[in-house]
Parts: sequence; structure tokens; C-alpha cells
Amino acid sequence: MGPLGFAGDLTAATFIGVAFGFVLERSGFGDSRILAAQFYLHNMRVLKVMFTAIVTAMLLIFLSSAAGLLNYEALWVPPTHLWPGLVGGFLLGVGFIVGGFCPGTSMVATATLKLDGLIFVLGLMAGMAVFNAVAPDFLMFWQRSGDYGRVTLMDTLGTSSGVVAVLVVLMAVGAFAGATALERAFTARRRGRS
Amino acid sequence: MSAPALRDDQYWHPYVGGAVLGVVLFTAFLLTGSGLGGSGGLARLVAAATDVVAPAYVDTNPVTAPWAGGDHNPLLHPMVFMTLGVVLGGFISGLIGGRVKFEIRRGPHVSVPLRLILAFSGGTLAGFAARLARGCTSGQALTGGAVLSAGSWAFMIMVFLGAYLLAWPLRRMWN
Repeated sequence: MGPLGFAGDLTAATFIGVAFGFVLERSGFGDSRILAAQFYLHNMRVLKVMFTAIVTAMLLIFLSSAAGLLNYEALWVPPTHLWPGLVGGFLLGVGFIVGGFCPGTSMVATATLKLDGLIFVLGLMAGMAVFNAVAPDFLMFWQRSGDYGRVTLMDTLGTSSGVVAVLVVLMAVGAFAGATALERAFTARRRGRS
Repeated sequence: MSAPALRDDQYWHPYVGGAVLGVVLFTAFLLTGSGLGGSGGLARLVAAATDVVAPAYVDTNPVTAPWAGGDHNPLLHPMVFMTLGVVLGGFISGLIGGRVKFEIRRGPHVSVPLRLILAFSGGTLAGFAARLARGCTSGQALTGGAVLSAGSWAFMIMVFLGAYLLAWPLRRMWN
């Protein structure tokens, strides 16, 4: 529970959700073709929006934590369950390129009446029901394998949050430059073909 | 139904969208101490629906029992409310942009039935994966990425790896 109490959390979550869905749709994430294009290198909105968001939020979180407005130690940091996370991440990526969405973006597509989005959402629910049915057979893997708790990149790299933040910013800037170069090259290639 | 041409210029510049999304994520942490989620609300909805048809199964299944076993109501949770908000926010943005239209978005060489089969298959995989990984692109990659969770960064790398590995064999589906 957050500082607002349970009822406050529900209200805040609703408004944050509205803002989240609004920005996703505004950024073009309700269109499966734009999302899939990330993996064919001619439109890299997914990477650009995602990494800009990560860098922006990261800087705001750590700067306001340093200024005493926020306590980083009290924030929810997704705990590391390494092996289920790695396998799940890989399968999510496969599902992404097969289906053209990830969970959040498929709901935004559904909200704007894209039938492929709605069908993806129904698939999500089916997949979740399947997981609930079969996960008891590999409960130890899901709950205990690579269960490291709250581990940050600072712990892994043995350095301060300032150093990690600078590294993340540098990586993002490099990725943006690379992405733009790839977009140009692959857009030209597609034009040349058609 | 013909798929409309892909027009990228009708959307926000990706750096603008990303910066606003970052502020939304930061606001979530500021107000609730937690981040964003895309699949958690849906997972709870699935648990709630299962509880209606098979309450005994839900009570004894160690995966669903903590959420929906006995008197637990899995829907009384911030993630469920956030999911409702995401749908509403997406609808509002689409309405303003004139994009609330019944359509099927697909690659130029893919039939409608095949597109829908792929959407369902991909969704099933992603739903299973999001439960296995305890989150998706929103709750793990974006949220965990911003608070520098080691596991979330490992997850994010695997998402890109999985999608890029399958992109080449599936290239006729999207191009």
C-alpha cells in the first residue's frame, strides 16, 4: 500500500491508468504494425518511447530521492526471480512478434476497436488460465529458482546509483542514434524494393 | 476490410511520448510507491472469472488461491483499476485522434483469418509469459527498468532477443 491508503491507491491507479493508456495510444502503440516494425528496423518507436520513458522516470526518481522528496528504498522494485524472468521474457518477445502486441498495447488497441487487439487480449486471458492450470507442476521453478529478492543494477555492478544512471543515459543515447540510423537504412531499402 | 496505410506522422514524436510516459511512471511511484502494470489487472480478472465457474479449483490451486481463494476478491486491487483506466485513456486518445474505428491491423500479405489466428496465438504465449515472469513490458521492463531492478533488465533483454530471433522467420507476416 502506498502513502494514500487503499482507497487512495485505487483512485490514483485509475487516473494513472488513464494517463498511461492515453500516452500509449498517442505514441502509436495501438497499431500492431508500428509495434512489429520495431523488429524489422524501419520504425523504432517502441525502443525510442520505452527508453526515453525509462530514462525520464529514472532521473526523476533518483533526483527526487536525492532531494528527499521520495525514498527510493521504500519504492516497489520488482524482485528478481531470474530464471522464470528470463524464460518469461523470451516467450513474451515471441508472443509480441507473433501477435503484434504486448499486454498493455493490446488493451489500447481494443479500446480503439482494433479487432486484432481484442483477439490478442482474449489470447492473453487464455494463456493466463493455462498458466494457472499448469504452474502447480513447476511451482518450485516459478517461486524459488533464481529467487534473489530486491536486487538492483547497483548491487550487480557494485557501484552507485549515480554511475548506473549515467551508464543508462549513455546507453539510451547510443541506442537512439543507432535506431535512427537503422530506420533510415531500412526505410530506404523498403522503398527500393517496392 | 482493407487495412489503412501506416501513417506514422499522426502520432506524438517518440521522444515526446516517451518523456510524458516517463512523467506518468514517476507520478505513479510518487503517489502509490509503485509503478505501472499492463497484465496484472487482466490476470486478476482471469482469476475472478475462474472463481465464478470453479471455486473449489481456485481454492486448492496454489497459484490462484492467494488472490481468489476463499473470500479473497482478486478484483479489489489497484492493478485492476489501472487496467480499466488504460482502456479509458486509450479510448479518449483514440477519440481525439479520430482513430476509434473498427479495423484489423495486419501486414500487407496476411489474410484476416491468419492475422486473427496469429493475434490469438501470440496473445496466449504472452499471457502465459507475463504470469511466468510476474509482469510484462509495463510492469517489468518499463517499471523495473526505471527503478534499476536487475531482474527487470534481464527480462527486457530477453523480450528483445525473443522478438528479434523470430522476426526473420515471420517476416512475411508483417512486411
